[in-house]
Amino acid sequence: MSEIEFLSWVRGPGFQIATIIFIAGVFIRIAEILLLGRKANLAEAKGSEMSSGLRTVLTRSVPDKATFQRSAYTFTAGYIFHLGLFVTIFFYAPHILMFKDVIGISWPSLPSPVVDAFTVVSIIALLVILAHRMSNTVLRFLTTGEDYLVWLVTFLPFITGYIAFHRMWLTSPTLIAMHILSVELLIIVLPFTKLMHSFTFVLSRWYGGAISGYRGVKS
Amino acid sequence: MSASLEKGINALKEQVDSSVAAFFSSCVHCGVCAEACLFYTETGAPETTPINKTEPLRRIWKSEYTLFGRIGKMLGLTKKVDDQFLTEWETLVYDNCTLCGRCSMVCPVGNDIALMIRKTREGMAAAGHAPEGLIGASKRAVTIGSPMGVKLPALEAQIRHVEKDTGLSVPVDVVGAEYMVLLSSMEIMNFPEFIGAVAKIFKKADVSWTISSEAFEATNSGIQIGVSDIAAELVQRIVDAAEKLQVKTVISPECGHAYMAIRWEGPNLVGKPFNFKVRHITEVLDEFRQNGRLKITGKESQRLTYHDPCQISRRGGVIEQPRNLINMFSDNFVEMPDTGKMNWCCGAGGGVSTNERADEVRLKVFQRKKDQLDEIKPDAIVSACSNCRIYLEEGLEEYNVDIPLMSLTETLAEHLAD
Repeated sequence: MSEIEFLSWVRGPGFQIATIIFIAGVFIRIAEILLLGRKANLAEAKGSEMSSGLRTVLTRSVPDKATFQRSAYTFTAGYIFHLGLFVTIFFYAPHILMFKDVIGISWPSLPSPVVDAFTVVSIIALLVILAHRMSNTVLRFLTTGEDYLVWLVTFLPFITGYIAFHRMWLTSPTLIAMHILSVELLIIVLPFTKLMHSFTFVLSRWYGGAISGYRGVKS
Repeated sequence: MSASLEKGINALKEQVDSSVAAFFSSCVHCGVCAEACLFYTETGAPETTPINKTEPLRRIWKSEYTLFGRIGKMLGLTKKVDDQFLTEWETLVYDNCTLCGRCSMVCPVGNDIALMIRKTREGMAAAGHAPEGLIGASKRAVTIGSPMGVKLPALEAQIRHVEKDTGLSVPVDVVGAEYMVLLSSMEIMNFPEFIGAVAKIFKKADVSWTISSEAFEATNSGIQIGVSDIAAELVQRIVDAAEKLQVKTVISPECGHAYMAIRWEGPNLVGKPFNFKVRHITEVLDEFRQNGRLKITGKESQRLTYHDPCQISRRGGVIEQPRNLINMFSDNFVEMPDTGKMNWCCGAGGGVSTNERADEVRLKVFQRKKDQLDEIKPDAIVSACSNCRIYLEEGLEEYNVDIPLMSLTETLAEHLAD
């Protein structure tokens, strides 16, 4: 397989297979949550489930001051990494072209050097997150093999993207193919792991907020 | 209760719903909940991390309610729930958690971890892995009518004392009264002044009330141990009494979990909405205040703070009312750091105080409360839960701190104008 053949497989059939597994997997996971259903609350309500749930979906993005201070590393590194992820995925010009190709809509991009800076910061944040996970007593206790797998498949697109952008070591088509392959690996793994939180956090925050809000407590 | 592993697993299965599935699907093992839990902050033991306490429920959810988990189960890859595992988890689920729900307020993905632990207890109890102290209390609650074994004659004797001391009458079994007041065994035995305080305030407020001789116990061991059948039976007794006496409102006394049991879990346990209202005593008193039914004389000038009972504030939604009332009789009220819905638990809720095995860890984690109090150094602490009150007293004594505890209702009664 030549470099170009490799790249076109990754962009073509490879991408299609990964996308199908991703979409079907996410659909199954969300369906099996929602289909379980939940009993209606028979106690006299003090607040609305719907609006309290929606409120918490938003407000839980920001910890209160004392909570932030108690887990400052986790929150800081987590924030930086998620922001970096968002910016690099959605505001890098070639990515936007890809989205336009697949879903037909596009939006303005950020200059490449800006995205590059976000990439570097995200890579650093991910390394800090890994080091923290391996050194903190609680995190080490909670961590399973899946957590390391998930870290790795999240890290690979950043590092391959960075390398491809700077055309380090290998020739460009191979670098881009490696990058796309790493993203395919990420989206294939996503539905089977805790990476699902990228979708289910809306549900869990809503339920948590609804349960609390029903009793009149803003959570 | 005949318990078996099979019953435990079935009980855990019954607890899984869409909220539980969403919670487990979202957990990223970030560890933020540990820092919100006094059992972790004061012991440093990583296994006390709140989300870890839900592991029995997680395993059942994963292997029974997820496609990939079911495939894993067929291939023998999933982690099993067996007696040895549950024995290991028993002390985490019961001794090292008061169901205070502080973890639920900080989880970045919004998981109601306390609810998940409450649900885990249903499986633990059904599998025979509940602490002796709670099993005993639950049995007494069902057979005698009170977890502390307080029978009607004991209440009648206390009522006679109160009537003699105050010169007020304490109505029992009055049909058509507006309010039916429940009491905790703790109040009947240790703080009968509460009954006198209610009699005084309600007389001044000119509202009718009664105690039921058939259902006076407010506490509910069933929800602490995690046996919904027992919890439902205890709630049903109150429902029957309230309907028999045709009261408009049932009042939950100064007891945190009793409020959770009757106000929020009650209708769901018995499977139908109540045809009466349920209010915490401080909600009723605050309503009296708003309607101008409370006339106060003299203000406490000592530095007062309020200890939010978890099940009343964070888990119950009664946060402003106690403060409104305290401000009526105090001109020197100070909030603790991390107050209201973020208050730290006294360490004795959720059945921990009924479980002797947990005494040592309970006193150890009281350090959190002590540190919190050290920051404001109050002259006295007001609370609206007699369980918090008695174990705050015990904790402070253990740590050689001399701060008296006050009941909100009793203190308010003392300040009523003649």
